[in-house]
Amino acid sequence: MAASPSISIAIVGSGGAGALTTGDSLLEAASAAGWHGLYTRTLGPQIRGGEAAGLLRLAVHPVECLPDQFDLLIGIDWLNAHRFGAEIKVGPQTLVISDPRGGEPPPMVTQTGARVVDVPMKDLAKAIPGGRPNMIALGIASRLLGFSTEQVFAAIENRLADKGPAAIEASLAGIKVGFGAAAGIDFDKRLAAPGPSSARRWLLSGNEATALGAIRGGIRFAAAYPITPATEILEWLAPSLPKVGGVLLQAEDELAAINMIIGSSFGGTPALTATSGPGLSLMIEALGLATSAEIPVVVVDVMRGGPSTGIPTKSEQADLNIAVYGLHGDAPHLVLAPQSVGDCMFTTQWATYLAESLQAPVIILSDQFMGQSRAAIERPADVAFIGARTIATDIAGAYKRYAMAANGVSPMAIPGLRGGQYTADGLTHSERGTPTSGAADHLTQLNKRRDKLEHFNFGDHWASVEGAGDIAVITWGSLTGAAREAVGRAAAEGHDARVVAPRLLLPARPQQMAAALEGVKRILVVEQTHGGQFHKYLRAHYDLPAPVHVFNRPGPLPITAGEIHRAITEWR
Amino acid sequence: MSSVETRLATKPADYKSDVTPIWCPGCGDYHVLMSFTRAFAQLGLPPEQIVVVSGIGCSSRIPAYTNCYGFHGVHGRSLALAAGLKVTRPDLTVVVASGDGDGYSIGGNHFLHACRRNVDMTYVVMDNRVYGMTKGQPSPTTEPDFDTALSPGGTGLSPFHPLVIALASGANFVARAFSGEPNETAGILVEAIRHPGLSFVEILSPCVTFRPDEREWKSLVHSAPVTATGDPAKAARRIMTDDGFNIGILYRGARRPYQPRMGDQSIDLADLEKDFEL
Repeated sequence: MAASPSISIAIVGSGGAGALTTGDSLLEAASAAGWHGLYTRTLGPQIRGGEAAGLLRLAVHPVECLPDQFDLLIGIDWLNAHRFGAEIKVGPQTLVISDPRGGEPPPMVTQTGARVVDVPMKDLAKAIPGGRPNMIALGIASRLLGFSTEQVFAAIENRLADKGPAAIEASLAGIKVGFGAAAGIDFDKRLAAPGPSSARRWLLSGNEATALGAIRGGIRFAAAYPITPATEILEWLAPSLPKVGGVLLQAEDELAAINMIIGSSFGGTPALTATSGPGLSLMIEALGLATSAEIPVVVVDVMRGGPSTGIPTKSEQADLNIAVYGLHGDAPHLVLAPQSVGDCMFTTQWATYLAESLQAPVIILSDQFMGQSRAAIERPADVAFIGARTIATDIAGAYKRYAMAANGVSPMAIPGLRGGQYTADGLTHSERGTPTSGAADHLTQLNKRRDKLEHFNFGDHWASVEGAGDIAVITWGSLTGAAREAVGRAAAEGHDARVVAPRLLLPARPQQMAAALEGVKRILVVEQTHGGQFHKYLRAHYDLPAPVHVFNRPGPLPITAGEIHRAITEWR
Repeated sequence: MSSVETRLATKPADYKSDVTPIWCPGCGDYHVLMSFTRAFAQLGLPPEQIVVVSGIGCSSRIPAYTNCYGFHGVHGRSLALAAGLKVTRPDLTVVVASGDGDGYSIGGNHFLHACRRNVDMTYVVMDNRVYGMTKGQPSPTTEPDFDTALSPGGTGLSPFHPLVIALASGANFVARAFSGEPNETAGILVEAIRHPGLSFVEILSPCVTFRPDEREWKSLVHSAPVTATGDPAKAARRIMTDDGFNIGILYRGARRPYQPRMGDQSIDLADLEKDFEL
């Protein structure tokens, strides 16, 4: 039996069957034992009922994308599993655990050549007082993956701590029974032992990482309007902000939320809101106000399928256009995109620093995949980016809020400062802030707001540029992990390639991009949109000095490392 | 009041900026500006401690005409912007200025929730029953038969009752004022600013350009014949049945203002990370 560096498991069930608890518990047990992992939940729109699947990839190395194919699929029941047919890749190498009383297995089980082993999870659970089939499934998975029951027990005791001893006892009994039931199942994969690690490790979601990055960057006010899949950011900030002297306010709608954070920031308190596509659409007008009045704010858009209500629970990268081009008028602002669960923390912290330093709004494009996935990762390094706003302190003579400065950033008076009184305005204004419709003032202030972004030194964080070779995979956001893995595989086969993934989408960095693409012979653009938005964005802002192939597909299907790898190797 | 008298060192002129208003000659909003500066002077507040927040419309031009900090934001959202400011800077005096289009139409939802939220600030709506800046369209307080290019023959819709909406939504102080009586209006504004929670002051402020009939308001307004009540049902009944020109403080509530604690700032950031440590 070969020890495998990475094993993937999918657990499906109808809503309420507990498939997600099984997946969460496996991740927690594996994380505690030293493995890396990525766990994403996929579900329908129903709050109760409907269908749910937990997709888990465990490895000895950091994991940033789902597998090409699952090694193990456990169907607690198959009632609505056909809805995941396209999302859960199953093949002849997949072992499927199926309950004969769990309904008709879907085509992804019956028509892919997968090996199916029946285990009567429902009946086994029934024999245990308070027993549940998902705990039987957890026991089965634990044994097949090579965990000890003790490792899983600890995760369950932790998870069910507030459910009382009876619930824990029933769960532990279920795990034991499942563990026993798996004894005779032939499964030829075992996770290789985790490598020794001195690093502190974290288990968190991208949304939690985003919220922590915000506080680390200096955010002390958040306005909140609930929306899937961004709500967890706000729910983590609600109790956390007061601990650091901040506060969260629930808004009546997204229009209020964006204006609340502008008000907070105007008063000197760095501020953020989090939303998804529909909410971002509502915030766009006020983002223009923040641009014009030069008020730093941070807006996180955790992208979901669109347009309109779209697919709220599933991922897509199709808000790029509105983030980059949505504002009316010439409105220079910043657009950033994190690249992994852990990078959500860095990118949000950096975004806050940039907003404050440049007195401009920042839109962060996260997505449902990394936002709601939980990952076991090494603790991201501390970075020095703490909000650094240029504040007016000593007013001599008439204060000019929008005075021209060499770097375009003029000292901002905060209410309370005597002599600094001015009116922040969305109207075109003079250096003093006084409304004007004159051509000269208009041009002066347009230049100021453009130049302050263009002339800023963003350093190396603007993109991940990795690898060498004459083929470049240009991608962004949560696809960076899959591209990185694909390029790694290609390199191992002797096909050198590089990944170029901009973290800073606006302002564009043409010189840096030219350097990153130096010497490339082919360019593969990879994005999760239907309309090829990222490709068009690249064409609009950069020279692409080689023939280009575009691999784009809308959500909710993930783009896998295997598909990117194939696109690289077949294009030779 | 006695403490205020001793602080009258400041003059209304100290609160006026040198920016020339764009309002039409005869506009009621000039007098509202006068009432603002008189009220600020009576309160003796340092101008840098006051923020005047507004949306879009003729009335919303007022912040830049004061010598306070100001925010002239987008259409209809001034109350939300002001709430974000006030909860993070409770030391400031926040006055929100709006009009009947900005406040009651595009900003209607925020009006409800600002009253309900009851953050300690003052909301002034200059009601002229018309969109002035876009040249004469009907607003939510326009009479049903008012003929305009956009609504030939009138809208046929009844105007709504902002003061009653404010009461039903939880405003803590409700008053009606008339721009043509700047001293009386200043007095009402002083009381409104002092009163904890969301204070709502509707100021009848004629648009002499598109509603010349509103010049008659001067002879129609009269002081409310009764003193303010603390009973919202009683206040609502009075307002629903009066002639719309009752001037004065109509309701004083006792709800606690909404001011979340900003926390003790003593926790190390590393403590927050403990949530995630394995």
